[in-house]
Amino acid sequence: MPPAAAPNDLPLGIDVAGVNVTYANGHLALRDATFALAGGTICALVGVNGSGKSTLFKAIMGIVVPAAGRVRIAGLPVAQALKRNLVAYVPQSEEVDWSFPVSVWDVVLMGRYGHMGFLRIPRAEDRRIAEESLARVGMLEFRERQIGELSGGQRKRVFLARALAQRARVILLDEPFTGVDVNTELAIIALLRELRAEGHIMLVSTHNLGSVPEFCDQVVLINRTVLACGPTAEVFTEENLLRAFGGVLRHFRFDESTVQNHDGRAVTLLTDDERPLVFGKGGHVEYRERAGREDVVKKRAEGEGDV
Amino acid sequence: MFENLLVPLQYEYMQKAIFVSAVIGGVCAFLSCFITLKGWSLMGDALSHAVVPGVAVAYYAGWPFAAGAFFTGLLAAVGMGFVKTKTRLREDAVIGVVFTAFFAAGLLLISLYPSQVDLRSIVFGNILGISNPDVVQVLVIAGVTLLVLGLKWRDFLIFCFDPNQARALGLNPMVLHYTLLTLLSATAVAALQTVGACLVVAMLVTPGATAYLLTDRFGRMIGLAVAMGTATSAVGAYASYYFDGSTGGCIVTLQSALFVLALVFGPKHGLLAARARRQQAAAGGAAA
Repeated sequence: MPPAAAPNDLPLGIDVAGVNVTYANGHLALRDATFALAGGTICALVGVNGSGKSTLFKAIMGIVVPAAGRVRIAGLPVAQALKRNLVAYVPQSEEVDWSFPVSVWDVVLMGRYGHMGFLRIPRAEDRRIAEESLARVGMLEFRERQIGELSGGQRKRVFLARALAQRARVILLDEPFTGVDVNTELAIIALLRELRAEGHIMLVSTHNLGSVPEFCDQVVLINRTVLACGPTAEVFTEENLLRAFGGVLRHFRFDESTVQNHDGRAVTLLTDDERPLVFGKGGHVEYRERAGREDVVKKRAEGEGDV
Repeated sequence: MFENLLVPLQYEYMQKAIFVSAVIGGVCAFLSCFITLKGWSLMGDALSHAVVPGVAVAYYAGWPFAAGAFFTGLLAAVGMGFVKTKTRLREDAVIGVVFTAFFAAGLLLISLYPSQVDLRSIVFGNILGISNPDVVQVLVIAGVTLLVLGLKWRDFLIFCFDPNQARALGLNPMVLHYTLLTLLSATAVAALQTVGACLVVAMLVTPGATAYLLTDRFGRMIGLAVAMGTATSAVGAYASYYFDGSTGGCIVTLQSALFVLALVFGPKHGLLAARARRQQAAAGGAAA
């Protein structure tokens, strides 16, 4: 029995407790970071550049070793969790050398390496799972393409397929929507929701605030430490975000803006590439669509005496 | 005419030179695929120069030259890693400082104690005069390198392409890193015998770079590079009999010629293909 077998028998969770990370130059990147996630969640990891998002990813993948504290995945130390293929990583586009001589198929098969033997020769089972994973992200017809010949959205989907092929239970996604068209973004979100229903943990590092309430059920806010963590509705508040982002965010306050009563609800927001994040009266998050949020609308309407 | 072509093969030293060159050429070419993709070309150059003091000391002490060379090669690699993490210098500056320091120390040693070591044969190689124990050392290095790369090339491929994924799969990128560095030092020592310290880097980069211009598949890249490395080394050694010229010069000139051919005529990434694509795009744009 290879050591990679049977990861499903452990209750899934990420447990980060009191983690300090110091780099060789003495820079303290993370201090006393603590949070826990249980299976079946899409969790946003939100913070400014340099807040320690990537350091936290590195700690979860064992690339940096915490000076204090510990990280457990499904109750196991990181190295053992990796040996069991529990963790997959979908890199940021800038980290990948797109001219590398590998095809879509080669990349997806790389997800299976941990399940293969010493010589890493794919068996029929590995090929079947790789094919199935490519089909699931709708990229099967591109399998012979060199990876540089794909669009931004297609590239992202290939690396997602690699994570699927790995059969990982924890998937770390680094800025998954940068350079991705809207349709692909929606397709990726739909896939992440399916995986959540299957009990996976998705930890999504992003600075794209507007998309967070749309698809993440939990949020970890960080700025050199974990400022807040928990359900999106509780953590993703104006107050917390101001704490996390300080003076970095661009503000558009409607009560200070030229928006007046006669505008009614017909306010339009346009942004270049990032979704705007809109807070309503009293600091609650406004969602892009009412569909699927009828209960929220109704509750707020009752509370405000609005119709 | 035809009989004339067979003349070099009648000499045992020529047979030996052609055979050993071909083996080294093939192994270096295999390794060159990883070196070019990992961006370690400068590192290859550095290690091939850093082994020189080791060769000098090994000759005085009567050790196998490979042992000494290997030791200083690794010492230089570790030294470069140390200086890079402890200072704010960029990698190219670190490599430049460290490898020239080693090479200079080697030159100094050889010029101070000029007894058995021939400076020329270290710097420019002397495959025609290679001794039998040296042949054995080269073949052992080549065998071990081929074995490790042949069994584990997929792991090294992931390490070059996406070290984080290697980590996520439970592989240890540090182990892969130092294994590749070790193979690089060992192979640099072997290639030193054929083409000399100055041209080792060509053997360790050019075949891989040429193959990279010809294909988008790693498996094919390895095949092409090894075929080119083996063939150019054998033919180069053979041809040097007629020119009475430097064997290393012949081999590397052939490899460079193949590189230029690939650069111009490569089916997809060649200059002509790129021009044809541009013209086609222009014509398409005009028609539309």
